[in-house]
Amino acid sequence: MAHPSTYQPKTGIERWLDARLPIPRVMHDQFMVFPTPRNLNYWWTFGGILTFMLVAQIATGIVLAMHYVPSEADAFNSIERIMRDVNWGWLLRYSHAVGASMFFVAAYIHTFRGLYYGSYKAPREVLWILGVLILLLMIATAFMGYSLPWGQMSFWAVTVITNLFSSLDSVIPGLGTRLVEWIWGGFAVGGPTLNRLYSLHYLFPFIIAGVVVLHIWALHIPGNNNPTGIDVKTAKDTVPFHPYYTIKDGFALVAFILAFAAIVFYAPNWLGHPDNYIPANPLQTPPHIVPEWYFLPFYAILRAIPNKLFGVIALLASIGILFFVPWLDTSKVRSTRYRPIYKWFFWAFVLTCLVLGYLGSQPPEGWYLILGRIFTVYYFAFFLVVMPVVGLIEKPRGLPGSITEPVLGPQEVKAPPAPKVPLKRKPAELV
Amino acid sequence: MRSPSATLAATLALLVALPVAGMAEEAGNNHAPEIARQSWSFSPPFGTYDNAQLQRGFQVYKEVCSSCHSMRLLSYRNLGESGGPEFSPKAVDILASQVQVTDGPNEKGEMFQRPARPSDPFRSPFANDQLARNANNGALPPDLSVIAKARPGGADYLYALLTGYRPAPEGFQVAQGMHYNAAFPGHQIAMPPPLSDGVVSYTDGTKPTVDNYARDVAAYLMWAAEPKLEERHKVGARVMIFLIVFVVIMYLAKRAVWARLKHGGATHAA
Repeated sequence: MAHPSTYQPKTGIERWLDARLPIPRVMHDQFMVFPTPRNLNYWWTFGGILTFMLVAQIATGIVLAMHYVPSEADAFNSIERIMRDVNWGWLLRYSHAVGASMFFVAAYIHTFRGLYYGSYKAPREVLWILGVLILLLMIATAFMGYSLPWGQMSFWAVTVITNLFSSLDSVIPGLGTRLVEWIWGGFAVGGPTLNRLYSLHYLFPFIIAGVVVLHIWALHIPGNNNPTGIDVKTAKDTVPFHPYYTIKDGFALVAFILAFAAIVFYAPNWLGHPDNYIPANPLQTPPHIVPEWYFLPFYAILRAIPNKLFGVIALLASIGILFFVPWLDTSKVRSTRYRPIYKWFFWAFVLTCLVLGYLGSQPPEGWYLILGRIFTVYYFAFFLVVMPVVGLIEKPRGLPGSITEPVLGPQEVKAPPAPKVPLKRKPAELV
Repeated sequence: MRSPSATLAATLALLVALPVAGMAEEAGNNHAPEIARQSWSFSPPFGTYDNAQLQRGFQVYKEVCSSCHSMRLLSYRNLGESGGPEFSPKAVDILASQVQVTDGPNEKGEMFQRPARPSDPFRSPFANDQLARNANNGALPPDLSVIAKARPGGADYLYALLTGYRPAPEGFQVAQGMHYNAAFPGHQIAMPPPLSDGVVSYTDGTKPTVDNYARDVAAYLMWAAEPKLEERHKVGARVMIFLIVFVVIMYLAKRAVWARLKHGGATHAA
């Protein structure tokens, strides 16, 4: 929530700076006293965790780039050199590789949290759209980063994904082929491809950082959503960001880093694929080409569609559809807590994403393919059917009078719930 | 309201951390035949390499494997580094100097042979892949530098492979020049059984059996693929202790700060 500034410059230099570039004022108003709903649960700590992960990835990545050689002949060996001969190189490289996975863990939790609590609804549509944009940029960045070791999986993942563009040949003959050759910088995936992937992999995190600034800006205009989904009504509903949320986010961050460190130090290759320790060989296709785990649900959707072009369209649509969520959901209530029917569909959707992830790791044949198609249908139906329809037919449970009420119990004057809905309901009738 | 959710967050962290810590170095995928888990001295979270085992494993590599398999990413100096076989500096000098490597060009513009120095990379048995294929019935013996990370199952797989040679079961057709192996995907491997009892003479009293050779060379190859594993486990233990203490402090600090709200303290002062 935009709120009047309470910053009082105390020293001469602060007054001087305040009249020229009021960074201390912004820090004070937006990060120290920023009024934050008092009932944010631990699912809200992933924003801070994601900020940390972005900074950690950029920091480790910059040092890795000092030692990495982006050429067909030397890429694989230069990474092994980092692992063997660069001081703390193994720690940098494993932190960066595992860090990408942890980044996605946090991003997916953050996204599902937004979906569950309706954080995309007015007035937070732009905030949500920027978030989806960050997710898209992350996917592109991670994909390009995975190509850099130039192992077998790197090489063949690049080959498979860039080849998707050739499906445009079925729209305009020749268009796809020309586009793919332009992306490759040649007639096959090779040195020029690796060079441009490296260049863009270095660029994209800074674009992400820029969009993150916009994302936080767009957050600080309407202010945080919260688990009840109801608006902040009085000052009693909020606490200053510091120290309440700096300490809560800090605790969650350290717990997250604990899990991160356990993987880095004890199972650094757990989330990778053994084939990527085999140098790229254009003449030998791996028996199963699988992407990193965080792309598996999308990969399952791609392969569920028998037609290549429509498969690619479905793949893009599976993420693109998130942009339209603020307008697809017709419910008047934000938080799924108060949505007795939608709740079941929501958890079915979470399950669908997990199952699609599993199916994406399996060969696309037999039952895997059939299940892949069934769950792909539900994936899209959730957005295109469940969101608009359930919002219209569902009777939400009674909302609490204020954010403070469920926390501290009914206060002196109990405001009546906004949309007065009878608490007693028969779900069977509603379905 | 805060205790259950804090407990939840802590439990989540543990739920991720515990199975992960117990996990073997390499998580396998399910495309290869069943590979039996072996017990290794280097298993996480506290494992270290057994120097004597790595030295024996290097001996097996040197006397058997290295006639076909290169290890291009290793140098002789690595054999003396801490967290590895830890040969003495003198032993490393001798091991290197036993090998002739090509150097040059000299001032006359000619390439010449000289004994290797510790800084030289391991000499490869073949000058190029074509030569290697030509000498091996068309099959290319893979470089072994990171083989323990490049195969699902890692050291377990290498051990299973080296001890997996047996007569083909009834009705299984083995192509000409191929050999039946229980652990190899598809069960047909071009490499003939490389080990037999007594083929390498151990000097430390370890029994010269195929089983011991396979175990030792698998451990050696794990070290070659992951030479910083000991350092990683050692630093990891310190980092984990630090983080566990830190997370407890943060939790208590969080409770202390939020307790102010409960006691009717001011909410949003601004």
